[in-house]
Amino acid sequence: MARRKVPEINAGSMADIAFLLLVFFLVTTTIQTDSGLSVLLPPYVEEPPPPEKKNIRNVFAVQINAMDQILVRDKPMKLENIREFAKEFILNPTKRADLSESPKKAVISLLNDNGTSYGTYVGVYNELKAAYNELWEDAAQAKYSRAYPDLTKEERKDVRSNIPLVISEAEPTSFDDAPQ
Amino acid sequence: MAKFSKKNKKDAPAITTASLPDIVFMLLFFFMVVTKMRDSELKVKIQVPTATELQKLEKKSLVSHIFIGSPTAKYARIFGTAPRIQLNDQFADPADIPQFINNEKDKVPNPKLHRAMTAAMRVDEGVKMGIVTDVKTELRKIDFRKVSYLAADRGELPE
Repeated sequence: MARRKVPEINAGSMADIAFLLLVFFLVTTTIQTDSGLSVLLPPYVEEPPPPEKKNIRNVFAVQINAMDQILVRDKPMKLENIREFAKEFILNPTKRADLSESPKKAVISLLNDNGTSYGTYVGVYNELKAAYNELWEDAAQAKYSRAYPDLTKEERKDVRSNIPLVISEAEPTSFDDAPQ
Repeated sequence: MAKFSKKNKKDAPAITTASLPDIVFMLLFFFMVVTKMRDSELKVKIQVPTATELQKLEKKSLVSHIFIGSPTAKYARIFGTAPRIQLNDQFADPADIPQFINNEKDKVPNPKLHRAMTAAMRVDEGVKMGIVTDVKTELRKIDFRKVSYLAADRGELPE
């Protein structure tokens, strides 16, 4: 019997299809990178050092209680207002007697309770960092006329040395011993 | 012209498919490189807080993840709903942190890079700070002080 020859399927366009797929995935795949607030924890010491006698005007004390209420320099404050107040405190442009003497002397002290929620804590930390980032940005623009992230390492160091970021964290209080 | 007339007009020459395996391999390698293996199944529910001052974590190999959150429904029956720490793929206590960090350090062969290693804390925003502080204290005790509080980008929300 004469068998009919099966026609060969043209596979030449397979490569195109494969490339199409490749390009599609290349474009849509986002290599997920984690991002977060970078923090350098203080070294561990057995006994907390005696509280340093700092001039009270140079300390920007932020306290968060177990109810997620925020106290800044002994006054209740909303999360959104911390940034502006922190900036004013650090720079003290009007030379008020109750704000920091100079940016170099300003210290942020952060105290939270064991019952504080993590979201609030990170929110406050974010605002404090934002205040410094904005000040660095302003200083970079004033001195180098460039954005802070575009500066070289030395220049950034120079900017930071004038407005050093000092956030000291005290051991948390635990007024809330209720089970979590 | 007659000279150039095709010998066989009926069949078009078969296109070679010899390069197909190359293409498939290319795809394969691409996905092998890009696909991030989620080696640890998340056993805790985590919704990270939002923030604006984020820094990207470079060098995946130098990042160790610590998860804290309430156990998911599957595990809540056994472990309850109180926030727990998850290291790799099991629940842990703060006391397990030093061992975990040592294991992570062993994965980085170059000791010079140990200083650059970061602990990425992926913590649910509703978790109380007590458990987070315990972890931080353990990390400080073993002098592993680079920490990143993972957060989602809040984006440019209108004020």
